[in-house]
Amino acid sequence: MSRTPKLGRGVCLVGGAMSKFGMFKGLDYKDLFAQAFLEMLDSVDNGLNPKDIEALYLGNFSSDFFLKQSHLGPVLTDLLGIVPRPAARLEGACASSALAFRAGVQAVASGMYDIVLVGGLEEMSKRSTEEVTEGLAMASSPYEWKTGFTFPGIFATIATAYFERYKASADDLFAVTLKSHENAKLNPKAQFGVTIKELMAQRAEKAKAKSQPVPSWEDERAFLSDPKVNPEIAWPLRLFDCSPISDGACCLLLVAEEIAKGFSDTPVHVAGLGQGSGYPLYLKEDLTQFEATKQAAKEAYAMSGLGPKDIQIAEVHDCFSIAEVIHTEDLGFFAPGEGIKAANEGLTRRGGPKPINTSGGLKCKGHPVGATGVAQVLEIWLQLRGRAGERQVPIDDLRVGAAHNLGGTGGTCTLTILQKKS
Amino acid sequence: MEMPFNELSYWMGMEEARLMGVKCKECGAIYLPPRPFCVQCYKDALEWKEFKGDGKLVAFTSIFVVPKSMAEQGYGRDNPYIVGVVELNEGVRIVGRIEGVDTKRPETIKIGMPLKADFPKVMEAGVSKAYLAFRPA
Repeated sequence: MSRTPKLGRGVCLVGGAMSKFGMFKGLDYKDLFAQAFLEMLDSVDNGLNPKDIEALYLGNFSSDFFLKQSHLGPVLTDLLGIVPRPAARLEGACASSALAFRAGVQAVASGMYDIVLVGGLEEMSKRSTEEVTEGLAMASSPYEWKTGFTFPGIFATIATAYFERYKASADDLFAVTLKSHENAKLNPKAQFGVTIKELMAQRAEKAKAKSQPVPSWEDERAFLSDPKVNPEIAWPLRLFDCSPISDGACCLLLVAEEIAKGFSDTPVHVAGLGQGSGYPLYLKEDLTQFEATKQAAKEAYAMSGLGPKDIQIAEVHDCFSIAEVIHTEDLGFFAPGEGIKAANEGLTRRGGPKPINTSGGLKCKGHPVGATGVAQVLEIWLQLRGRAGERQVPIDDLRVGAAHNLGGTGGTCTLTILQKKS
Repeated sequence: MEMPFNELSYWMGMEEARLMGVKCKECGAIYLPPRPFCVQCYKDALEWKEFKGDGKLVAFTSIFVVPKSMAEQGYGRDNPYIVGVVELNEGVRIVGRIEGVDTKRPETIKIGMPLKADFPKVMEAGVSKAYLAFRPA
């Protein structure tokens, strides 16, 4: 019944860039996409004439209800000056742009187009936290959000099941948070490019300036244990376990393998592409794993002929710290229950044997939900090409990386495996 | 009861303090919430099944940063609420609010604790609406 999914012809990634992620008062989603697009043009080694783009696939989740703007495709083709080229918006909650990426790959692999732009964008920060919380909850099942589940609440519920089974606690997640900040510090595009140590110093400085009692903490863990700086969002998850509300955009250029060398000196191949769907919380037999991730991984590994051991670096969907831990298990990097130990042993740090979220992840790079999927792929592309700047991983012969994107309660998950062949 | 086997009927059941799911007459599979056809045998032969509402807590959270609709009901940082996954004695799981516990000290709540369904009512935009909650049995 199940055959190995495959691409009709090779597809290469030859360009890509993201806007800075953050909360921008004076800029909207079009401005951010424009930033990403112009930098993407510069990233193509041998240049791209924008008029040669044959189609646009765009990921976005919330524009209808946060911006009262639907039908983003033609807004974007106008912005980019590529009307009348076709454009389509894809929605898969926080995995929206991974679906756009997938549609773009399929369009090229099928032979329909040779040159395709895929992108993602989200503008969230101009809404109140309560409105954003309510809007994001719409990506859960109707029975979940109508019961009062929020997104942090869903992952917090999953965390209690994980802690119960594997005898862990919320404090064990500090290692994930500390690593995210450590990596984001080296990413100029990150929303929170600051280490926890620097945040501690900033807090003390601020109090001093206001002539208030100067707080002091023994170390970073003590800081993260302080409810004044790290309050509960959805117990047992606290503020520093959660990705932020962000605005941002990102785009990538996909071309057919046979013309890739015309664009790039080191084209990167889409080696594996997988996607799965998953159950809402109450239908999951096991709350400590995501069946959609496992399906996506199965497909992507089968297509690429590669396995978890071959993945040298990965971006995984750390919308919450607990999520990163579970994804590293579902993708087969670590055994069930071992992900949290691996994080605490430093195995997933930038210099470790399995660097995870070198970009700073959703937690610190930021999580403009519809831009996240392509931004994860972008980080892997930059790392494989040795263009990740200060955060370049110290791995000799880096050839294979993967990006894992999740939407909803794990209702939609994808895995993209990139490989540098030349 | 000639209600369609769907989400609307599920919520209408709440108003009568009944937890309504479905059973497949063909293969015996049970479902909560109801669904329009059996996804085990794909026969269109469902009947209503009322669940007793006794079960145990599987996983939960106490929500301190709340959505707009819950803020309007007075919930927030100083008044969190609890939601969770409950496994019913019939063998299926469902999500609901967890009440009658200390919402500000969620660490005192134990996974596995026995619970019983309750159907409190709340005013939403001037209309009384029942929801599913579970209380310590």
